[in-house]
Amino acid sequence: MIYLDNAATSLYKPEAVAEAVFRALHSVGNSGRGAHDASLQSGRIMLQTRSLLSELFKVGDPSRVVFTSNATESLNIAILGLLQPGDHCITSAMEHNSVLRPLYLLESLGLELTILPISEKGCMDLAEIEKAIKPNTKAIVVTHASNVTGNVNDIDGIGELCKKNNLRLILDASQTAGILPIDMKKMNLAALCCSGHKGLMGPQGTGVLALGEGVMPVVQKTGGTGVDSFSHTMPTELPEALEAGTQNIHGLAGLLEACKYNKEYGQEKIYQKSMLLARTFIRGVKALPGVTLYGDYEAALRVPVVALNLRDIASGELSDELFTRFGIATRAGVHCAPLLHEDYHTAGQGMVRFSFSHFNSEQEVEKAITALRLLEEEYR
Amino acid sequence: MRPKELQCIITFHTTTEAMQLEQAAKTVGFGGRIIPVPREITAGCGLAWRDSIDARAALIDMMMEQKLSYDKIVELII
Repeated sequence: MIYLDNAATSLYKPEAVAEAVFRALHSVGNSGRGAHDASLQSGRIMLQTRSLLSELFKVGDPSRVVFTSNATESLNIAILGLLQPGDHCITSAMEHNSVLRPLYLLESLGLELTILPISEKGCMDLAEIEKAIKPNTKAIVVTHASNVTGNVNDIDGIGELCKKNNLRLILDASQTAGILPIDMKKMNLAALCCSGHKGLMGPQGTGVLALGEGVMPVVQKTGGTGVDSFSHTMPTELPEALEAGTQNIHGLAGLLEACKYNKEYGQEKIYQKSMLLARTFIRGVKALPGVTLYGDYEAALRVPVVALNLRDIASGELSDELFTRFGIATRAGVHCAPLLHEDYHTAGQGMVRFSFSHFNSEQEVEKAITALRLLEEEYR
Repeated sequence: MRPKELQCIITFHTTTEAMQLEQAAKTVGFGGRIIPVPREITAGCGLAWRDSIDARAALIDMMMEQKLSYDKIVELII
């Protein structure tokens, strides 16, 4: 199989990730639930992982790195815990349902929501954001990069706007964590939400919520933490205030190794290699008749995610042909980003998304281009 | 059973704080270790750092220097 669905999850991971999960399954206990070595080893793994993530995202304090089960949970905690009815919030049509659905839920309870359209450059327009700010605006919730087109928002610019207007910036970094540099302080982020299994190449079931200094979402999930058990409430201190119940320590052991790999191999190298493959693919397919590429596919800064259609062929049909005849795994449909597809008038057809990892090869990219060429000829 | 003696006990708000102190104390070379929080301090669960009473001042210095958070420092015969 040629796996080109890395925007959904990384399939090829550093070997050390799988080995760490295997070792943890046989050796670690439950963090904070005892002073024996199995439990302490679990706590040590969590602290090391928090520390490396804090360093990677320039959080400033490992205690403000909260573990979740995925980016969706991180976004739910941040959005539902930092906004309330009566507040105004700005978001974009680029967003995934992990952003939109918590916002719609709050909207049904009285949140005022502005959804800005996608600019010609495939991302959010700073001037439009500024125009949308109202006296009751409390936050901007935005993706760092589209999970469909790969276009990247100007988070430095949006962060400046937030600083100037005293707004909280909640960032969905699902497609950029582990690929593009993220500096929480410089970007003025109140909350950084991402999964551990995409660009970071850790195991599924791991997610990260990093919080800015002084940012504390209202706690929605309560339960055991291993500390102060007679208290009726959760601890008020981070990170445990937001980590009720047993954590996915086996997965976090893998995420720890994934973070070490990112640091040692180098995020810049990961980005450059995966983008080289994406650009080779773009060059190859844009020359094919009948191919439509979406977003600003020639932007200097983008992530290795490319969405296309071949004439009016249903994306599901094309994706299935690619897999059954050529062994190429892609993602069809609307990618949980309904507003983006409405914007691009592809709600019916969907798009076929090709997303690349630095573990992919040029030969695999060439095979994908050849497969599309053959299918294009057949469908004439 | 080990004979009881006066010890320096540090308690924490969270397990993360306990792990941070353990990491720092081991790096510096303190001889203490993490224990279940003694029932004389709280009947709830949690972890504490136990060290010799002579280490108390140096532990406080290290925690201040490294900005490590904790709940309480007590001296206890355990």
